[in-house]
Amino acid sequence: MSTHSLLHIQHLSTYFDTDEGTVKAVDDISLHVRPGEIVCIVGESGCGKSITALSVMGLIEAPTGRIADGIIDFDGQNLLSLSKNHLRSIRGNDIAMIFQEPMSSLNPVITIGEQMSEPLIIHKKMNKKQAQKRVLELITQVGISRPEQIAKSYPHELSGGMLQRIMIAIAISCDPKLLIADEPTTALDVTIQAQILDMLREFRSQSDMSILLITHDLGVVAEMADYVVVMYSGKIVEEGEVVELFANPRHPYTQGLLRSKPIINQRQKELYSIPGYVPNPLELQESCYFHERCEHCMDICRTQEPPLRDVENGQKTACWLYEKEAAVHV
Amino acid sequence: MPSIQAEVTNVATNRPQAVKSSLWRQSIRKLLKNKLAVGGFAVVVFMFLLCFVGPLFSPYTDNKVNMTMMNKAPNIHHWLGTDKLGRDVLTRVMQAGRISLTVGIASMVLSVFIGTLLGAIAGYYRGIVDQVIMRIADLLLTIPSLPLLFIFGALLSEWKVPTDYRMYIVMLILSLVGWPSLARMVRGQLLSLREREFMQATIVLGLRDRRKLVNHLLPNLVPLLIVIATLNIGGAILSESVLSFFGLGVMPPTPTWGNMIDAANNMIDFQERPWLWVPPGFSIFATVIAINIFGDGLRDVLDPKQKR
Repeated sequence: MSTHSLLHIQHLSTYFDTDEGTVKAVDDISLHVRPGEIVCIVGESGCGKSITALSVMGLIEAPTGRIADGIIDFDGQNLLSLSKNHLRSIRGNDIAMIFQEPMSSLNPVITIGEQMSEPLIIHKKMNKKQAQKRVLELITQVGISRPEQIAKSYPHELSGGMLQRIMIAIAISCDPKLLIADEPTTALDVTIQAQILDMLREFRSQSDMSILLITHDLGVVAEMADYVVVMYSGKIVEEGEVVELFANPRHPYTQGLLRSKPIINQRQKELYSIPGYVPNPLELQESCYFHERCEHCMDICRTQEPPLRDVENGQKTACWLYEKEAAVHV
Repeated sequence: MPSIQAEVTNVATNRPQAVKSSLWRQSIRKLLKNKLAVGGFAVVVFMFLLCFVGPLFSPYTDNKVNMTMMNKAPNIHHWLGTDKLGRDVLTRVMQAGRISLTVGIASMVLSVFIGTLLGAIAGYYRGIVDQVIMRIADLLLTIPSLPLLFIFGALLSEWKVPTDYRMYIVMLILSLVGWPSLARMVRGQLLSLREREFMQATIVLGLRDRRKLVNHLLPNLVPLLIVIATLNIGGAILSESVLSFFGLGVMPPTPTWGNMIDAANNMIDFQERPWLWVPPGFSIFATVIAINIFGDGLRDVLDPKQKR
């Protein structure tokens, strides 16, 4: 694994202007994805993890949404300042994306084969014949038998698991350097989930493709990630190597997340859950956004936002508990 | 946007053969179960055969004026009698049907084409383009169509347009009146379709606007378009008849169902010679009703969401 980063998000802020005010869906986050690395973004619904992915893809739609600040450096070019045409040649080609709902991500009235061959024709400049041949190879590659028949069928004729395989096949068809997977297994059965994850890992090892995996499922994180980023209310609260982070979660939110995961063979009377709710993004004040739900809440947490600081072994966390000068204030 | 225009026609012709598999077969099977729709279709087919093949078997197609045979009641030689110039009414009804059906279909094709094109552009590009197109559509919709048709028809007479051309101009007028409601529907559909997840997926794949519009959005509209197009034919036939009835559409001697019913304007013809105006009137009635019933059946099959 090399050290330079393929995707380097710097101080990204994505805001949505609503009638009630500005929602800071993603607020000043920075992260790296190195070639061949799997980075997971974890968090509850509404924490901004999907918006981060959409921002990278340039799918934040004006006029409501806007990328207020930041640089998204991909392979040496800032995606935010590229022309529409240039961006189009990168999307689907160098960066591919898989969505949560395979059922609705494919056009219902076009055959699977046709939809699969489109990016090949556009980005790889194949002709129809070559594309068709490649489509059949790809279908076989994602573990579906009878490729000819599948290519001729329509999305409604296939199951969710098969469709997600097709989505993956489309995503990897142009050998992307980065694959963004937004909750790729959330809509699927557990048994299928494992197969899909295995497949993603396999393609990663074959082609040195990086994966930015977005999920709320810590099981998936443990299974897949090299590096984990935990998000809360549009901020990164903790990040680190997967083993380190699971062994020594620093931020109370991460600790809570890990505790609220049911463990097989250990039936507790009551499952742990983090008390309280995610704060309303419109009412956020200068503070640690987690303070209302935090067991270790201190005075400083209510008035000042903790910076993201190195703790140990490359692990970073944004919490006053680990700030030396903060301790003086208490 | 000449390129989009070209692509749109391309889709219209390519689509049926490209997607001929299960979806279409399923729809046809469902349609066959609807007896009323099948009946409607049968009547439409019958009218078409009658009008386009029927005259080949008639000995009176030359339309010669025959003074000895004026205003004869139906008899063995003239099944539906003769008109005031001694022409066979049955033959004229069949020939008139050719014109009426052709005008109906042609103006439908034209208005579907214009409506889809403008609606799609408005719905896809939104913004100022949308505003301009939809305001024009609104303007045309606010004017009641009959007076508008009358004004156009009167202008045609005023400009002394040769009767041979009138038919084509009537088609144009009808489609000019017909496209706005269609454009609205297409635009509405597009607006909802473009927010769907699979359209986001096409952005992610790096497809071009034109490809998204033509390959991904329009095929989703095909069922809607088929239904609207079918129902539109009926409407266009009716409008043409109305225009011709008032002497503002296609002019005699070219027969259309509308200008044949004009006979009913004459009190004596109306009371004494029903064979002059009942056959064309019945043809209009039967054709339009049949087309509408068939269109309703089609809609139930292709666009079940619209069913009440």
